[in-house]
Amino acid sequence: MSRKEDTQSFSFVNWLYKLGPVIALIVLIVFISFFNPNFLQTSNLLNLLRQVSTNALIAFGMTFVIITGGIDLSVGSVLALSSALTAGLVVSGFNPVGAVAIGLLLGSVFGLISGFIITKGKMAPFIATLATMTIYRGITMVYTNGNPITGVGESRFIKILGKGYLYGIPIPVIITLVVFVILSILLHKTAYGRKVYAVGGNEDAAYIAGINTGRIKLSVYAISGFLSSLAGLMLISRLNSAQPTAGSAYEMDAIASVVLGGTSMTGGRGTLWGTLVGALLIGTINNGLNLMGVSSFYQQIVKGIVIIVAVLLDRRRND
Amino acid sequence: MKKFASLLTLLVLMLSACGNGVTVDGDNEGNTDDASEATETVAPEDMTIGLSLSTLNNPFFVSVQQGVEGVAKENNSTVKTVDAQDDSAKQQNDMSDLIQQGVDIILVNPVDSAAIESSIESANDAGIPVITIDRSSDGGKVVSLVASDNVAGGEMAANYIIDQLGENAKVVQLEGVPGASATNERGEGFNNVASESLDVLDSQTANFNRSEGLTVMENLLQSHDDIQAVFSQNDEMALGAVEAIEAAGLSDDIIVIGFDGTDDGLASVEAGDLSATIAQQPEEMGKIAVQTAYDYLAGKDVEANVASPLELKTK
Repeated sequence: MSRKEDTQSFSFVNWLYKLGPVIALIVLIVFISFFNPNFLQTSNLLNLLRQVSTNALIAFGMTFVIITGGIDLSVGSVLALSSALTAGLVVSGFNPVGAVAIGLLLGSVFGLISGFIITKGKMAPFIATLATMTIYRGITMVYTNGNPITGVGESRFIKILGKGYLYGIPIPVIITLVVFVILSILLHKTAYGRKVYAVGGNEDAAYIAGINTGRIKLSVYAISGFLSSLAGLMLISRLNSAQPTAGSAYEMDAIASVVLGGTSMTGGRGTLWGTLVGALLIGTINNGLNLMGVSSFYQQIVKGIVIIVAVLLDRRRND
Repeated sequence: MKKFASLLTLLVLMLSACGNGVTVDGDNEGNTDDASEATETVAPEDMTIGLSLSTLNNPFFVSVQQGVEGVAKENNSTVKTVDAQDDSAKQQNDMSDLIQQGVDIILVNPVDSAAIESSIESANDAGIPVITIDRSSDGGKVVSLVASDNVAGGEMAANYIIDQLGENAKVVQLEGVPGASATNERGEGFNNVASESLDVLDSQTANFNRSEGLTVMENLLQSHDDIQAVFSQNDEMALGAVEAIEAAGLSDDIIVIGFDGTDDGLASVEAGDLSATIAQQPEEMGKIAVQTAYDYLAGKDVEANVASPLELKTK
């Protein structure tokens, strides 16, 4: 075999692996729609996309964090705390638009605090965000006294965030797509994005090359916090209340989506597009197995197996 | 920071700019009355029942499921069960999945009474009738609530403690998931009697969970050395509390009263560990819920509150 053919077949295999998650998604969709024709109805697809949007937003932020070689376990708690504080403001009669803006700002600050502990405290991201995860959950419980905050649905603006439609398309889906486009440009087309990859690829080299690695790391945790609180705002709208236990274990689905999308847990490599596909995969598994009437016990097993298979494929891609 | 600001402005602008194309779930609330009124009758053998449970990680709801599926099987109805794993957001997804499948009726046991409201409104919009089980909904149009009379059960428990230990006995209360109607109602019933005739030292939540019941009880034993009785708002927490009390060597000094009458709870009463339990009959509750669904879809009138039987079980 000539050398040229060899590289060609290699790039074909490479290409196949790159499309792995998309192919898995298509196979899954074909499989589920075979068993349940309801799956492909427009109303169910919109329903599925709306279900995916919460996890997708959190997973986008997680992608930035993981590309820098970090991890953010606090996303679910940031979601719960910022949405409880926002709901508290709305219920006490504060302007809903202002309350939402404050909620998003607070979410970013909560992320920033994690980032600050990691960079200034030189603490492993896993430990730092494990700590902030329980701290934020605790503050949420103290603030809400363990009870849900109800009555946020009085405001039409809040209602629209999670339950609204624009020309028939759910608002959460539109928000997620807009955020996806903005973040994709930020990550893949700007100097900032290249710095994020550089920090994850080799932090020392990036530092020597003149990148303020500390500031880049701070910023990715702030992005993660911002997106978690945005996801939380959509949830309080959909649930018409802020739940103190909201977002428990959401970091798991987010990390799974990022990993399924081919982002390397050691940093320096990954795409937002992959994460979007990963989130769709996780959402399709949940929705599709529900439609097929599969017990939730089996659903958890299937999710775990899909993650293992995806990571095995990912490793082969790197070899 | 600039990037966040511009992202934020963009989102707000986007939402406000295209205001006229915007609609919201529940906007057509005016029509829901016609939509959710059962105009055509459905026979049990043609019926698909959607069952959304708060969790299957608790034997109580497994019994409810068995009750539902038992009756459904006898009548050749199809049941689609979804499990929210105690997450309100997941339950909302489960509910929309059931609505998508076009089930004939939904039986739902809400994780949280407030959070379930919008799902019930969506079902109303889709013209699917809803029956709630064990916990109520704060809103939306519900055909019936099938539940034990939890207030009466709470009173029953307090009266039992008075019978056993006399007035002004020192009690602690283990509360369920905050905000759940079972928590509120059982607590209300208990306090109705206890505030007059018992000395309630402390009330703490253990989220209806056995392992939390254990740790919360351990903590309570540290902070109070004169506890005579424990009222636990469910059996799972009570069984956790029993473990803590046994470990502390106080089994002879403290009586524990559970609520629900799960298999484990009843076995523990038989063994003499739990002093009593206010037994619900979850399987019965599931059966009653399906029967109510059959009645409703046969065009019969059904009660808004259907009581499932309660019983004080002692050794």
